[in-house]
Formats: sequence, C-alpha cells, structure tokens
Amino acid sequence: MTGKSMIKRFLALLLLAGIGAMFASLLLAYVPDTDLNFTARYYAENTASDIGAANIVTAIIVTYRGLDTLGEVTVLFLASGIVGLVLSFGRKRDSTPRNLVPVGELLTTASQHLAPVIMLLGVYVFVNGHLTPGGGFQGGAIIASGMLLLLLSDPLKRFSHTLIATVESFSGIAYIALGLIGLVLAGGFLDSRILPNGILGELISAGAIPLIYSLIGLKVGAEFSSMLTSLSETEDL
Amino acid sequence: MSGLMTAMTAVLCIAMLVAALVAIRVLGDKSLPIAILAAGLVSLLASVLFLILASPDVAMTEAAIGGGLTTFLFFFVLARIRSWEKGESEYDGEKHD
Repeated sequence: MTGKSMIKRFLALLLLAGIGAMFASLLLAYVPDTDLNFTARYYAENTASDIGAANIVTAIIVTYRGLDTLGEVTVLFLASGIVGLVLSFGRKRDSTPRNLVPVGELLTTASQHLAPVIMLLGVYVFVNGHLTPGGGFQGGAIIASGMLLLLLSDPLKRFSHTLIATVESFSGIAYIALGLIGLVLAGGFLDSRILPNGILGELISAGAIPLIYSLIGLKVGAEFSSMLTSLSETEDL
Repeated sequence: MSGLMTAMTAVLCIAMLVAALVAIRVLGDKSLPIAILAAGLVSLLASVLFLILASPDVAMTEAAIGGGLTTFLFFFVLARIRSWEKGESEYDGEKHD
C-alpha cells in the first residue's frame, strides 16, 4: 500500500469520526417530546375529519404539503431526464452481441416467478398509500426493483422506451391536472377534497389521495425504470 | 423499549459499523464489489433500524432505494468504468488498490 492511499484512508476515517462525534452529541442531547408540538397536534387531530386518510403521513405528503411532493417528483424527473440525456450520447446504434457472463438457472427461474409478485406488491403499496405505510415513492421504487430483477436475469432484454415515456408523461400531466382541479373545486392547488372523503379506512376514501398517489407511484416507477434501462443498454461504450 | 429490542438495536448498530468499515475498505477484502455490497448492507440494516424506530415509510424507501437500486447503480457504473479502463491501455491508475 502506498503512502498516498494511507493518507487518503486516514483522512476518510478522520472525517467519519468527526461526523460520528457530531451525531453522538446530537443524540446525547436528545430528549423525547412528551406531547405533540403545535403543527403535529393539528395534523393528528384534524386529518381524519378534514382529509379522511387513515395514514396521517400520507395526508401530510399528498395534501397538506402537496406542493413539496410536486417539487420532489420534479427533482426525480430532472434527474432521470439528465441521466437519459448523458447516456444517450454513448448509445451504440448497432447492437453487436456482447460476451456476457452466463446468467444462472436460479436467477432466471426466480426472476420469472418473483418479478410479477414484486410489481404487484408495488402497486398494492401505492394504491393503499392512504391506509397502510408507504405510498407513491415507495411503490414506485418497488416496481423499479422488479424491473431491475428482470434486467439482471436477462441483460439483453429491451423495454419499450415509448411505453415508459408515455406512462411517465401521462401520470405527470394527470397529477398536475388533478392539482389544478383542486384549485377550482376545493380549497387550493393539490387539495384532495375534490372527491368525497368517504368512510375512514376504506380503500375508496380520502378524496383524491388514492388517485394522486397512484399517479405519483406510476411516475416514480417509470422514472427509475427509465434510468435503469438507459444504464443497462449503454453498459459498454 | 424492552430489553430484547435494545439488545437487537445494539447488535444491528455494531453490524452496521462493521459493514460501513468494509464499505470504505478499511476492513476485510479490499475488492470494490465487496465494498459496494457492504454499502448496500448498511442501507438494509438501517431500514430494519427505521422499522424498530416505528417509521415503516422511511424503512420501505431505504430498503428499496438504498439497499436495492443504489447498490445496483454502483455495479452498473463499476462495469462501465472497467470497460473504459480496458479501452485505455496506457491508463495505469490504482485500479488494483
């Protein structure tokens, strides 16, 4: 080992120890709150009657702080767009066969059986976002990991970019349109009360939250999938 | 938090620290794929920790993105760097570090 890499490693360890010390001081000074603060109490008391969502976190993410979520989705959209743009310069026009490491029987069989189940779980997570933990971002990421499994079992597999782009654009436009409808019919941009709140805890309840979160889930899933497929298609330059 | 939970959390924290040291290639095998897998392991254990701390939403995100997608993103990038290194024969950096 050279002296230079020793110094590099020592500096990395020093940096980590410093960050660790910072977090340790934060942790030691931490005193758990005995009661909810003002904002949290408002959310805890009024979510069920205002929004009708059993999952308060989802009500905050989709309705109370809907604009922040739109910002997050935009950041992810820009990231996937830029990854696609940068990688498209290196894309091979003629697809000469690559000599790949053979994929094992175990992975091939397992991915055939598991990928549909994983994608179904992703859909379940974002459709039930207003009832159970999770939602659009988590469901989208789970769908993308199903896509990743398919890409791992067959690296030469090609997914339709048109389909991914169509799903992505459609859900993005529909998300904004639902937000604008909220501006007209309900209290403001991305207000979920454009549809009736329904009975707390049922699948079709909480106004437009299941609709909005499904659109976010499809959008996030399509964005991650487009990143993964671009990376996989241009693996060798 | 019950005694069992505290003990489990302590075990998880120690395992995470060991995995983090492997990920920055201080401990164990110095190969890059092992380091990437260890970084993924840190995320996976962190997601269990988030679950113990009663935030299943964060745990799901951490497991799917930190443990799954980021790990394989690193592998895709590693494969690209390797093929680039093969192309540039005069390059003799610290790839076998």
